[in-house]
Amino acid sequence: MSRRSTASEGQSPLVEAVAGNGLLDRRFFIKQSVALFGVGGLGAVARSARAADPTQLPPWMQFPGAGMSSYGSPAKYESKVVRALIQSKPGTTGSGASRTPIESLDGMITPNGLHFERHHSGVPDIDPDSHRLLIHGLVKRPLIFTVDTLLRYPLVSRIHFLECSGNSLSMFGATPPALTCGQVHGLLSCSEWTGVPLRLLLEEAGADLTVPWMLAEGADAAGMSRSVPMAKALDDAMLALYQNGERLRPENGYPVRLFLPGYEGNMNVKWLRRLKVIATPIMTKDETSRYTDLQADGKSLMFTFPMDVKSVITRPSPGVALRAPGLYEVSGIAWSGHGAIKQVDVSADGGLTWAPAALSDPVLPRALTRFRIAWKWNGAPAILNSRATDETGAVQPTRDALITAHGTNAIFHYNAIQAWQVETSGEVKNVYA
Amino acid sequence: MYTHNATAAVTTILALTAFVPSMAQETPGLGRSATAAEIAPWDISIPPDGAGLPPGSGTPEQGAIVYAQKCQSCHGEKGAGKPNDQLVGGQGTLTSKSPVRTVGSYWPYATTVFDYVRRAMPYTESKSLTNEEVYAVTAYLLHLNGIIGGQDAMNAESLPQVEMPNRDNFIVIYRTKPK
Repeated sequence: MSRRSTASEGQSPLVEAVAGNGLLDRRFFIKQSVALFGVGGLGAVARSARAADPTQLPPWMQFPGAGMSSYGSPAKYESKVVRALIQSKPGTTGSGASRTPIESLDGMITPNGLHFERHHSGVPDIDPDSHRLLIHGLVKRPLIFTVDTLLRYPLVSRIHFLECSGNSLSMFGATPPALTCGQVHGLLSCSEWTGVPLRLLLEEAGADLTVPWMLAEGADAAGMSRSVPMAKALDDAMLALYQNGERLRPENGYPVRLFLPGYEGNMNVKWLRRLKVIATPIMTKDETSRYTDLQADGKSLMFTFPMDVKSVITRPSPGVALRAPGLYEVSGIAWSGHGAIKQVDVSADGGLTWAPAALSDPVLPRALTRFRIAWKWNGAPAILNSRATDETGAVQPTRDALITAHGTNAIFHYNAIQAWQVETSGEVKNVYA
Repeated sequence: MYTHNATAAVTTILALTAFVPSMAQETPGLGRSATAAEIAPWDISIPPDGAGLPPGSGTPEQGAIVYAQKCQSCHGEKGAGKPNDQLVGGQGTLTSKSPVRTVGSYWPYATTVFDYVRRAMPYTESKSLTNEEVYAVTAYLLHLNGIIGGQDAMNAESLPQVEMPNRDNFIVIYRTKPK
């Protein structure tokens, strides 16, 4: 928000730069006629180049199109928009992760078929009629629920992001990974989740609500399990049954998963089969040896539950290049496990100067928030950054600050400011800057 | 409507009206009671104090046999790793640029080894080991890491008493009690 230039004569005041190297007022696209300037096209494929003569009738205007289908699919021209960097260790097909191609999406919702995956022993094929959920431990009445009975409870719907705590871990490396935005930061998705408030079922079981913990366990072959704070269970936890309007996908926990808004992905136990109210944590493998954050001094942080404030520019980004100097919308996503996003600042000069981006409605707590800002690229090399602030006042750190505080061995909870270098060719590179 | 005459309809309405004051507190209550016999086979989580550890016992020597048959193809000879996770060694590496997180160098509780092996291993056939075999493999891994002696049997009494080398290097940053 420094170095405001003076509007030149004859230009609208909104055309003035709000930060260095061509960033324009966040309301620019709302207030101005975009046609006057012409927005530069993004993306490597120039479809217009192969378009037919526009004066000729295209075949789709001459003949009837295809019929209806029982379950729709994306346009065949979008076949490259798929989950990325699917990796399993040898002999463990189904264990590992796939990533959401966030650079190819817009808005705040992730389509169900592109929601990221992280499995610890593959995706179980669960017959919902055979699935049971047990609530026991420090309760007056241990209860067993079928999926059908869970579906009869009053349901709530909430839009929330889900992020693997190992998201962006390649950014801890000594050199910036030459990967797309989704390959680096795509263990991140956002959906409308619909389910039963967990508190309701705990009360029905007569759970001792002063007991600090409960164990959540999945019905996958690994019996994935995590100890969850009772405070979270009573606050906003739900047993999710629907995702973006349809029943959960198998890879997202069908028929029922635990959902803990803002908490690291693996705690949102999929294929949930058991909740045990307990006085002290079980210290499962995934809360001791796996999802703990090793610091430079050899100590490890345990129970680092919420995902901290973070943002990334998705357009432009590596593989989503600029084609020519001109006016662009720089767009990205911001999120925080601690609440709503309050502000996202964008820099086009590597962090020397910043301007606030526009936040697209709705801006919801613990949900992806789309931000946008106009940028007039002059064709010279430039470094783009985004920096999010959440409603608690937490600000996304620089990479240097994060590594000074936590070292390079933490693996989990990387949330530093991302720098994309735009080169004169319009290509975009991942850089540490 | 399931009522076919006026009297029944009135009765239904009266009954519903009578319910209204208490409805606000009422929840569906659709869970059925679980018996102790039903809960027992599900309740396989083992906390650090060892509560719930089953009967049985196993030594490192017995575990070596189970390991060679069921574990070695993924975790290498004597837990050396490859193609999958290394289970032995790594002590002294946690502050280096390439830390090696193993049962010996990193895991804070021995009970976690029993819990995890029993529920999730072997990868292609989880929950197939007997409790004796799980105790034995746990003992073998602890011995390979220099944590217990070659003759030390692991069972419900001894396992929770094992002191893991990295136990005190975890900082709990979430409050375990409500404010």
